[in-house]
Amino acid sequence: MSSVTAGSAGPTGTTAPAVSAKRPRRREDRSVGRSILLHGTLLGAVAVSLFPIVWLVLTSLKPRDGWLSSELEFFNRPSLDNYARVLTETQFPTWLLNSVIVAGLTTIIGVFLASTTGYAISRFRFPGHRGVMWMLLITQMFPVAILIVPLYNLMAGLGLLNQLAGLVIAYMTVAVPFCAWMMKSYFDSIPREIDQAGMVDGLTPFGAFWRVILPLARPSLAVTAFYCFMTAWGEVAYATVFMSQEEKRTLGIGLQQFVGQHWSDWGLLTASAVLIAVPAAIVFLLVQRHLVAGLTAGATKS
Amino acid sequence: MALSTGRVNGTARDRTAGSGGTRGQGRHQGTGPLRRTMSRHWYAWAMVAPVILVTALLIGWPLARGVYLSLTDATEATMGRTIGVNVIPSTYEFVGLDNYISILTSGLFWEKLTWTVTWTVACVALHYGLGLGLAMLLNRKVRFRSVYRLLLILPWAIPGFVSAFIWRYLYNSDYGVINGMLKAAGLGAVGWLDDPTTAKIAVIAVNVWMGVPFMMVAVLGGLQSIPGELYEAAEVDGATPWQRFRFITVPGLRTVSSTVILLGTIWTFNMFPVIFLISGGGPGSSTEILVTYAFREAFTGIRNYSGSAAWGVIILMLLVVLALVYRRALRRQGEVW
Repeated sequence: MSSVTAGSAGPTGTTAPAVSAKRPRRREDRSVGRSILLHGTLLGAVAVSLFPIVWLVLTSLKPRDGWLSSELEFFNRPSLDNYARVLTETQFPTWLLNSVIVAGLTTIIGVFLASTTGYAISRFRFPGHRGVMWMLLITQMFPVAILIVPLYNLMAGLGLLNQLAGLVIAYMTVAVPFCAWMMKSYFDSIPREIDQAGMVDGLTPFGAFWRVILPLARPSLAVTAFYCFMTAWGEVAYATVFMSQEEKRTLGIGLQQFVGQHWSDWGLLTASAVLIAVPAAIVFLLVQRHLVAGLTAGATKS
Repeated sequence: MALSTGRVNGTARDRTAGSGGTRGQGRHQGTGPLRRTMSRHWYAWAMVAPVILVTALLIGWPLARGVYLSLTDATEATMGRTIGVNVIPSTYEFVGLDNYISILTSGLFWEKLTWTVTWTVACVALHYGLGLGLAMLLNRKVRFRSVYRLLLILPWAIPGFVSAFIWRYLYNSDYGVINGMLKAAGLGAVGWLDDPTTAKIAVIAVNVWMGVPFMMVAVLGGLQSIPGELYEAAEVDGATPWQRFRFITVPGLRTVSSTVILLGTIWTFNMFPVIFLISGGGPGSSTEILVTYAFREAFTGIRNYSGSAAWGVIILMLLVVLALVYRRALRRQGEVW
């Protein structure tokens, strides 16, 4: 529903100014005072939302012990010292590599599983259809707490503790149900006639899915991929428990070491936080429009 | 489009032989009802099978095992394990509902539940309220609208654990910038994470900061899908701004709102990183929500596997009941969800 409307919001949004130019709407007229109030509120909100991020970047650029001062100084002898230390003196590069591998694998496998399942529950009415839908819905609510101990024992039994593969498998349980649900809602918005036409032309259901529907669903695949990636990139609980060896850690646990109970170095932490956040934020801003449509449509349609 | 259909036709012709064969087979073999169902639905099942397998193995089995553990007295000490070549068998026993009884009769559980509910309600209400407010501002014709929108969603773009660390630094009582500002303004420093009340306010503030952008963007999408003619018609009829909000905006947003509120509730209820990384549940266990408490129970000190499993089952029950009640409430209002 909302994925369709969000798509159509673009054209109506662009025609609205043209309409109101001819016939001004009173609702849009504002006095100077109200204008100031509106922009003031928005600027205030922007300040709150940006301040922590700006402060993070500024702190990371301070010299080695610059974080120890609580004074409000913005640029005081800016240096890249913290970045150099993070990249050379800590295990940050190893953790980064681990995180990239885990998140990458989670993304590839997750997208594959989510799209086939999403397609099947979108198109076919097979025995067990309702059951699968319910399962996907309920598993989204599972708290980490109930699964983590049995999963830990399962992983220990299979020898997958401290293995990146084990972590990928654990993340499947988090990412796949939600992604399958998102993909289903996107497939629902593609007219059935398209794959029926493919099947009339002799494609098998798999062929129709693979050659006709999947290429059409590219935007949704991108969003699903992004969601899988972010799930794995930012997860802390499973990683903390499953990865006890130092060289197997991912970023989420690794960073905790910089600010431990007895020793903390916020210079290292802020620099690595910037290094982690920048690529994530760039990709995020590229896909965010689709992301919202996918998320809300995922749960409204059924 | 024409190009792509052309390609489909081409490949279709190549494949007719193969698929025609299987379809013919299906028709001839369709004698028993089981076989007929098989041949009609096998491809759907084949596509769902990997996920079913993954879910059964990684959620179903652990869930069943978790429920079973919650009925035993398993801890780290009684759990079977292998040390080198020595295999130590499990010695835990089935104790029935003892774990549940001891949890539900402990004051600790109700304390944690009260705080978790407070935390969830406060966070979701603030998320939605602020998100709606900002979305309505952004839905007007405002100069620099897309710039505002971009800057306002930035907190969402930062991975959750990174945000948690940023805020922990901001709250730091000695070097944190928040206390720095308080001092600069001539006020005393506050030990944000050292006192239960301020720590609770602090974690709620962080979660609100992280969650508002999602709500804002989702609600903005909903607002844009309400046709402008409705507002014009209402204006012609002399409706006040409040009436326009109450009778056009609110009903127009109902689908989006109900979804994001349910999602937000579940996410906040299970919000692990914020509590775990910022306050660590402290001071004491005052900011520990149910999920982080169950985690702590399972993985610190003598690992209490059975107790934590029982907590997990209780949390899951709470969420399932919440979702069912919510769904029913929506149905009563005529929502198809």
